[in-house]
Amino acid sequence: MAQTKRDLLVDPMVDNNPITLQVLGICSALAVTSSLQVAFVMSLAVTVVTGFSSMFISMIRSQIPGSIRIIVQMVVIASLVIMVDQLLKAYAFEISKTLSVFVGLIITNCIVMGRAEAFAMKNPPIASFIDGVGNGLGYGLILMTVGFIRELFGSGTLFGITVLPTVTNGGWYVPNGLLLLPPSSFFVIGLLIWAIRAWKPAQVEQREYVIQAVEQH
Amino acid sequence: MPEANNEPKGFLGKFLAMPADSPVKTVIVAVTLCLVASMAVSSVAVSLRDLQEVNKLRDRQINILQVAGVYEAGTDVTEAFQAFEPRILNVDTGEFSEDFDLATFDDRAVADDPATSTSLDDDPAGIGRRGNFVTVYLLRNEDGSVDKVVLPIHGYGLWSTLYGFIALEENGNDIFGLQFYEHGETPGLGAEVDNPRWKALWSGKRLRTDEGELAITVAKNAPPAGADYYVDGLSGATLTSNGVDNLVRFWMGDTGYEPFLERLKAGDV
Repeated sequence: MAQTKRDLLVDPMVDNNPITLQVLGICSALAVTSSLQVAFVMSLAVTVVTGFSSMFISMIRSQIPGSIRIIVQMVVIASLVIMVDQLLKAYAFEISKTLSVFVGLIITNCIVMGRAEAFAMKNPPIASFIDGVGNGLGYGLILMTVGFIRELFGSGTLFGITVLPTVTNGGWYVPNGLLLLPPSSFFVIGLLIWAIRAWKPAQVEQREYVIQAVEQH
Repeated sequence: MPEANNEPKGFLGKFLAMPADSPVKTVIVAVTLCLVASMAVSSVAVSLRDLQEVNKLRDRQINILQVAGVYEAGTDVTEAFQAFEPRILNVDTGEFSEDFDLATFDDRAVADDPATSTSLDDDPAGIGRRGNFVTVYLLRNEDGSVDKVVLPIHGYGLWSTLYGFIALEENGNDIFGLQFYEHGETPGLGAEVDNPRWKALWSGKRLRTDEGELAITVAKNAPPAGADYYVDGLSGATLTSNGVDNLVRFWMGDTGYEPFLERLKAGDV
């Protein structure tokens, strides 16, 4: 691999972002972005899990039999997710209640499995760890951006602190209720992808087919 | 997870040299990995259990404060909780029991123990056994009369048992609030039992009609008894709503707290 460690960490932020370029991990991005605090904890949890699962899988990559490699990866990822869940329950109980099933669902987050299978199986542990952390941060960056927009315009707060005083609390801001509902993150993520691809046209995918021009008669 | 191999070098060397796809190696890798992973997971779970228990207790107390309407964000939970008078209630007689130590009393253990619980034949709440003793919380006025009572309730919804509290006014018939502190219902559907707007529907509803008939209902359409006895079911979560309906009616009925509520109404508490 010609990539330097810095590339491994920075690339997934924008150039190879798991959400906006690879369009992975959308499910949880819809669910946990209505408030920044929850999005932040979720980003942190995914980053930790992706980093360490990639590292551990990379450590034993030469010993993993090809026939059960996916199961081996799942066991490693699942164990880490359970540990993160237990830690949250012990040290951040309120947030773990809000995240409810979504922490457990990190197991099925395509980003974690994707990095394990695509990168950690072929690269040494430290590079894999950095790659995992980078992808987790790339995921987190989008989560935080979406969370910022949704919480600010949906409830007029950031991290629970009032920024735009809402009408119901005697202020002037009429919150946009749609932004608190999951579908709004489709719009926000869609617009983000548009913005990023307008900025970096290299990310625009090749069309799979071209509509033929009508022949002149 | 790195494999912890304590075997002698000779065996380890042979093992590492094996082709990764041989059946023997596949089995060894699978077993070792599962052992290591399960040990790691269980040691984390065991070492964090105490902290998690403390959090659960605190969460329970916050829920009791909330359901009684005395919770404000940022208050000292332990201190605010002092206002409540916890008592062990004998469900069958409706009398308070002094046979237990409050500090060590565990509602769920009591409900599991055949010696202190009743097996239910008619079991709409889907709980199997009902504990004969439960912890209830009284909130008194300054003159010592009862202001509110907070009663624990639980029952089966769609996927899970919902555990919660109902707060009743001193007449034992008017609902002040209801909320669940533990459940595993579908997020966005059944889990909307946690939605503040839905919880607010309970406030001011009444359990029994003037004729003494248990009328409180959670349903799609209002029952004949009228809006005072009706909480609109959660849309998209019919089975969870039915579960809540069943469990509230069970606990407020004659196998539930009715004897206690009678005493409350008579002003004996």
